[in-house]
Parts: sequence; C-alpha cells; structure tokens
Amino acid sequence: MSSRERILGRVRRALSDVRQDDTPYEQAVSRGYLREHGERSAEQTVDLLAENLADYRAVVHRCTAAELASVIGRLLAERGSKTVLVPPGLDEGWLDGTDVERVADRAESTPHELDRVDSVITGCAVAAAETGTIVLDGSPDQGRRRVTLVPDHHICVVRVPDQVVSSVPQALERLDPARPLTWISGPSATSDIELDRVEGVHGPRTLEVVLVSVPHPPPGPR
Amino acid sequence: MSGTFVGMPAFPEAAHEAVNNPTLRGNLRHATHTIRAKRAKAVAEVSDWAALREAGKQIKDHTLRHLDRYLAQLEESVTAAGGTVHWAADANEANRIVADLVKATGESEVVKVKSMATQEIGLNEALEAEGIRAYETDLAELIVQLGKDRPSHILVPAIHRNRGEIRDIFRREMREWGRPAPEGLTDTPAELAEAARLHLREKFLRAKVGISGANFMVAETGTLVVVESEGNGRMCLTLPETLISVVGIEKIVPTWRDLEVFLQTLPRSSTAERMNPYTSMWTGTTDGDGPRTFHLVLLDNGRTDTLADEVGRQALRCIRCSACLNVCPVYERAGGHAYGSVYPGPIGAILSPQLRGTASEIDASLPYASSLCGACYEVCPVAIDIPEVLVHLRERVVEGGPVIREGNKVVLQPAKGHAAERAAMRAARWAFTRPGALRIGQRLASRTRRLHPRTLPGPGRAWSGSRDLPSVPAEPFRDWWQRTNGENGDKGAAK
Amino acid sequence: MRVALFLTCVNDTLYPDTGRAVVKLLTRLGVEVDFPMAQTCCGQAHYNTGYRHEAEPLARHFSDVFGEYEAIVTPSGSCGAMVRELYPRMGERARAEGRGDTLAATLAPVVPKTYELTEFLVDVLGVTDVGAYYPHQVTYHPTCHGLRSLGLGDRPRRLLQAVKGLELVELPGAEECCGFGGTFALKNADVSAAMGTDKVRNAESTGAEVLCAADNSCLMHIGGTMARLSSGMRPVHIAEILASTEEESAV
Repeated sequence: MSSRERILGRVRRALSDVRQDDTPYEQAVSRGYLREHGERSAEQTVDLLAENLADYRAVVHRCTAAELASVIGRLLAERGSKTVLVPPGLDEGWLDGTDVERVADRAESTPHELDRVDSVITGCAVAAAETGTIVLDGSPDQGRRRVTLVPDHHICVVRVPDQVVSSVPQALERLDPARPLTWISGPSATSDIELDRVEGVHGPRTLEVVLVSVPHPPPGPR
Repeated sequence: MSGTFVGMPAFPEAAHEAVNNPTLRGNLRHATHTIRAKRAKAVAEVSDWAALREAGKQIKDHTLRHLDRYLAQLEESVTAAGGTVHWAADANEANRIVADLVKATGESEVVKVKSMATQEIGLNEALEAEGIRAYETDLAELIVQLGKDRPSHILVPAIHRNRGEIRDIFRREMREWGRPAPEGLTDTPAELAEAARLHLREKFLRAKVGISGANFMVAETGTLVVVESEGNGRMCLTLPETLISVVGIEKIVPTWRDLEVFLQTLPRSSTAERMNPYTSMWTGTTDGDGPRTFHLVLLDNGRTDTLADEVGRQALRCIRCSACLNVCPVYERAGGHAYGSVYPGPIGAILSPQLRGTASEIDASLPYASSLCGACYEVCPVAIDIPEVLVHLRERVVEGGPVIREGNKVVLQPAKGHAAERAAMRAARWAFTRPGALRIGQRLASRTRRLHPRTLPGPGRAWSGSRDLPSVPAEPFRDWWQRTNGENGDKGAAK
Repeated sequence: MRVALFLTCVNDTLYPDTGRAVVKLLTRLGVEVDFPMAQTCCGQAHYNTGYRHEAEPLARHFSDVFGEYEAIVTPSGSCGAMVRELYPRMGERARAEGRGDTLAATLAPVVPKTYELTEFLVDVLGVTDVGAYYPHQVTYHPTCHGLRSLGLGDRPRRLLQAVKGLELVELPGAEECCGFGGTFALKNADVSAAMGTDKVRNAESTGAEVLCAADNSCLMHIGGTMARLSSGMRPVHIAEILASTEEESAV
C-alpha cells in the first residue's frame, strides 16, 4: 500500500464516527465577519493606508502623476543610489527625473549580482489600507519576486485611489492565486529578541511607498 | 543542554528547574507580558473578532471532517500547477523523502525557513546523518541552532534567551558556521539583527535548495502560504532552484477566500501586528520566477490518530500562532523546555500526547501541566477548548481505553503511578454518594483539629511545602445548620 | 423565593463561616434558604483530574438532591461552573459512549437553575447594594472559572463597590490564575506555588488589608501562601463581606 492510500485510509477511518454531511461549502461556514471595518470615502481609505504604512515604518510619500518622476528622482538621489533595478513593464516616464544606472530584471542575473544593486522601483497589484499592506503579483511593472527582496531599498508606487482597497478580504478578491504573490507590510522586521519588534533584517531595510494620485476618469455614458 | 527531547523527565520535574531559575523567569515574564498587552490591543482593533474566530473554527472543522476529499483536491491542484506531491505517514518517511530529494540535486547544504513540521520530525538531524547541512535562517531558530539549544516557543523559539545571552552566542558560535559576528557586537536588538543579516546573507545568495513548511495550503488552487517577518522566508522560497515544503495534512483550507479569515486572525494573535511584514503565496512553479522545482511533502505523523479522537481532534485546528503560550501562567513560569516537545505551552500539552501517544513519562504528565484557568481558550483564534482536551487526555491517562496509534486501534492500560490517586478518588466518590459517611469524616476532622499540624510529611509536602494548611473549624456547616436551622444568621457558631 | 444553598464540600467542611454568611445575606434580602442535608460534592475534582466516570454518580446525586428547587445558589465559581458547563458535557460524553440520553436527561434540570452567588444577587434578585458595611481596603481577585466559564464579569466588583465603608483597590494582573487549579496544586506544586507567590506579591502591592474572591478553594491556596510568606493580608470570601453590616460587622 502506498503512503498516500495509507494516509487517506486512516483519515476515512478516523472520521467514521462523524455524521454524513453534504452541506455545500458555501453554506457550511457562517461568515458573519465584516468585509471591511468602518465606512470611509476613497480619500479616507488612502489616508488610512498612508497612516498604517507609516506605523510599520514604511516611508510614505504622496504626489500627483505629474510630480512622480521628480519624486522618484529625489528619493534615489537622497539615498545616493548608483544603480536601480527596473522591471520590464515599468512606466518609462517614472524614471524621467533620474539618470541613475538602470539594471534590467533578467532571468540570468545571479542573487549576488542583485545584491550589488542599490535600489528597486516597482508598481504593485493592490494595497490594503486597514493593515498597511502592499501586494506584488509579479506583473511586468513588478518583476520577479527576488528583485524586491535582495536590494536593500525598495520604492513601490501605488496608484491611488484605484489600487487601494480597505481590507484583507477585498484585497484577496482582486488577486489571482495562480500568480506568485508577496504581501508586504513595512520593511522586514523581527520580534525574535524578547518579543519586541525591530525593523531591518533580511528583506529591504528601507521601504518607500509613493502614493500617486490618479483621479478616477469621469464616468462615461453607457 | 541536549538538542533533542528524547528521554525527557515528567513535566513537574522539568519545571522545577525552570521555576527556580531567576534569569529564565525574568526573560519569560518580560517577553510574555510585552506581547500579551500588544495582542489585546491588536485584537481590540477589529470589531468582528468573535465572528472571525467562529469562522476560523468552522472552516477548520469543515476541512477536517472532509479531509480525505480536500487532500486529494490539493494534490491535484498542486500537481496541475507544476509541483510534485509526496505523502509521508511518519517522521522517518518524511525525512527519507526530503533527504533523497536533496541528494538528487547534488547539493550538500540547504537553507530552511522556520517550520514546526520539520522540527517535529527532526529533519535537521536526519539530514546531518546523510551528510547534508541545514541552515536555520529565522533569527530565533538561528539563535537556537548556534547555541546547540532546544526551541522553547512556537513563534520565538529563543524566547528563553535575553539580548545579552544572544550576543554571547553570536560572538562565540557564528565563526563556526560561517561569517563571524562583527567586532564589538553589542546587545542592542538592532545590532543583533544586523549580525544575523550579515551572517545569513552569504548562505541565502548561494543556496540551491530551500526547505519550508507552510501556514496554509489552499485545496482549490494549490496555493501554499508562508507568513513571516524577517524576509528569510522570502529568501528561501524564491532564490533556490529547488523548494521542498513539508506540511502537516491539517494545514489545508478549502478555498482561496478562506485566507481572508486567517490572514486577519493569525498576525494579530501571534506577533500582535495588524499584518506581519511578509506573506508569500505560491502555486506550483512560475516560469522564470523562483524555484524551477517544487516538492510538497504531506505529513501525517500522528495527525490521523489525533483526528480519530472526537474530543481531541479540535487540536488539529491549531494555526500555530502561540497566543496560548504567551497568555499561559504555567508556561510563563515553567518555560518551554519543560514540555519536552517542539510544541510547548497549552497547545503542546494537548498536541504532543496526541501526536506521540501517552506512553512516555513526559507525554503522560503533559495533560496535567495546567491549572485549567482557561486563558488559552479565551485567546485561541480558532477556539480550541484546550481545557476540555486536557481533561479528556487526563482521563485517557488514568483510565486507559481504546485509542488509535499509527492507524491501528490499541487499548491503553491505565497509566502507572496513579494507583493511590485512583483509590482516593474512588473512596471520595463512595463517601460523597453517602452524606452520612461524609458527615462522620467531617466530624472526625473537627474533633481532632487541635492535633492537626501546619505542615504535612510525605506526599502532603506538595501542598504544605509552600502553603499553610487551612485550619479545620470546630464544626462543619451542616452541624450548625442542623442545630440552628439557619436561624439568627451567623450567630451561635461554636468557634 | 425559596432557594437551595449548595455550599460545596470544601465550604461545608472547612469554611462554615462562608455558609453562614450566605444564609445571613440571602435571608436579609428576603430569600428563604434551605440547606438540603443530603448534599455532598459536585464531582469537580474527580472530573478535572480525569475521573469522569467516578464523577457521574456524584452528579446524579447532586441532581437528586437539588432537582426540585426553584434555584440553587452556590458561593463557588468553580463548582457553579462544574454544574453549568461540565454537567451538560458529561451528558454528551455518555451519549457519545453509546450510553444513551439517561445521564444528560438526569442532569439537565439542575443546569439552568444553578447560580453562583454574585450572579444570583445581580441577575435574579436585581440588587447591587445589599446594605453591607465593611470599613476596609479590599482588592478583588476574579477566580478563573467564575471569570471565564461563568462569565461573572463585573458583578462581584459592582457588589463590592456598593458596600459602605469599603475601598476597592485594583489588583495588578487580576485576571491571571492564582495557581490553585485543584489537583494541579499538588501535581505541579512548584509552578502552583510560584503562581501563588506572584498573586500574593501583586495583592500586597495594592496596600489593601483584604484580598477578596468568590471561591474559597482559591482563597485556601492564596491564604496558605500569604501565611507562609508572613504577609499581613487576609483572604476573605465575598459572601462574608456582603453579609457584614454596621450592626453585625465581620472582622
């Protein structure tokens, strides 16, 4: 007998005392919890995102679309970065304000090469305000998972209010499970010394989040 | 200190040492009290906590009830997404599978994400025996590994160490494993974290094989989830070419949507954060991003035996948050090592005797390692009624009876060492079902009360070693009642 | 209203003053109290030590003795919790063992009408000011089974706050177990004693003269620890404070 059959057989025997129950899963669990906590306007949701990101020591910047390139240029200059990793699908215009050397996100790059890159700039898939979380899903403006991990400085651009949701349940609804996902809430941290939080371990020690306002297009006629 | 738990003494004996160790008591008190207050605040932030807790409980119960179906579905989804699924009935089989997979890559070292399942099966030691070196990369696991120590907490295995002790371990041991600790390393947590960053970085960057566990596995999509803080998880999950995840079969949730419950309750319960810094989710393999090969080892190792116990099976709901440890007054004073298992604290006291059986001295003593105060149940994000299971397991210890071990029904004998207690309990039951007999005993106690000592010899020292005995009154209540029929309130008592 | 006093075996044998205080207090509030002489023990120590089957005859005996009363009042959070929380569970377990519904049916009548004393005062009688007088500084320790199994909440505190002359001071770490835990106190004496010592130290830090609780078994442990540590504090059951009046004050 294979271990697969052995384990599945044990499971079935272990459950022999349990009543037959064919309730469809949608009805088997009472989901009386909230989809989001509190009512907020889109603007207030963005404010909450900014507040919670900052609470977990992400550095938050807010600007208009027109200002974005200069903000990014300034952040790279202030950091003193000489190289910046750029995912293939990143909006070229975002880098108009800087002449820092671009490094492409290539499959052949070794981790050691990535370790020599100063900064990385990405977009994101969605951001959740209640928890101060940004989620990357490997889309062309975000690149491979490792590019936002090995360099010590990550600049993440969030288009607000479009990419912002209130809560974890709403964020999950927007995501595709088939993609590799990374949920980021502040820079890397640890609670391993006396159960107290210290920021800065293996992931990027500096996380800067740029909330760029991209107003909703006016609703067009149907 | 030994690196394994084999041959552990019973809990009271092991706890004796910890209770009398002022450094350990101080470290544990400081850490658990810090996190207790924070957890309460993080939980109070969400108004629907009770509903989230109930949903978490129901999702887990539903999954366990249909575990065979969800395991098969998960296998199918993971395989469809490019992963390979292995099944391990016990620790030896799981270790064998992992060692063979590592050897097939030709590598002789692996980097590991903190994982309870691989600790439970003793994977590091098994790999060592095959000439494969496993590097723990979680900061606390690193402290434990460098210190040749044992883990004492689920979330923070080095919770028994304070910053000064950690500095000393780093200074002394890092050079043996790779990059030495920086010159002049102090005990500030930020510097210690930096030392770990530098020490581990070279290992991450050259690693070809990563080994992890998982917090959740989604049956419908085949997605695995690792919840972490430091980024060591991301390193191990994305930089190596081969990823091997060893996961207990109870970690399944049926649907993607179910994560919305646990991603809210787990961080608040464990590190007391709204959200932990990093959560990785992957489904099989992705072209050009992350490991090219992904193996999932599904581990039983006593879980199906636990599932067969209708009271005890609720322990399989556990999401390993460790809130019960942090709030437990017994854990705070006895420390994690006294539990003789990688699963310490209240959850360990119900999990270890079920996963391993109650045959050993330590496992038979664990159900008693609780005052049944109920603080653990109160904070549990999946509502495991730990006191209920503790009492149930006490019954198993003293009464024996049929249980399932390794899938087979066996009949346990009542545990040794409880004979006197059993006789006392029977005698008490006899007296308590005969009010007349009780009364004779009470009167005897009252009449001889001037002869009663303040302390007791022999086994009675368990009480009177630290507490005075209560003095016996001149007459029991029932005699007063019979004399007065309750007239005149509290007057007329023969004091 | 006529109620049965379920005093508990520990109180009957070792703490008759608490029993007399309950009788005095309830009588003062116009309640007719009966003490069924056939009462013994609820079986909690048996059950919680793993001797559920030995506890069953005691539970049946309890039901026989108290089944006919309108309400059953007990000055013990943990024995109250035994009846209210664990008797139904014993019935369920018997059913799961294939022994039918007999035990569940036998125990069912006493479950909803068993009240811990402070619950009975606040919820059934609807009083918080019981007309007591107790001119002392008091700190209150909520015992675990009262707090978590019965959900007594702030009832004991509200009752104490209404006592004339009483100054209630907050106990640091109040909701942490004192370390008694029944047979836990013997089986894990070191940890139990360490918990007891911490509880006493916290109580001493309040400067109060009296540590009050609604369960004498916990007070036996705390009081025994106080005596051993030569603490100046006294353990006093809440019933004795609530029974005390200006005319007849307790010590």
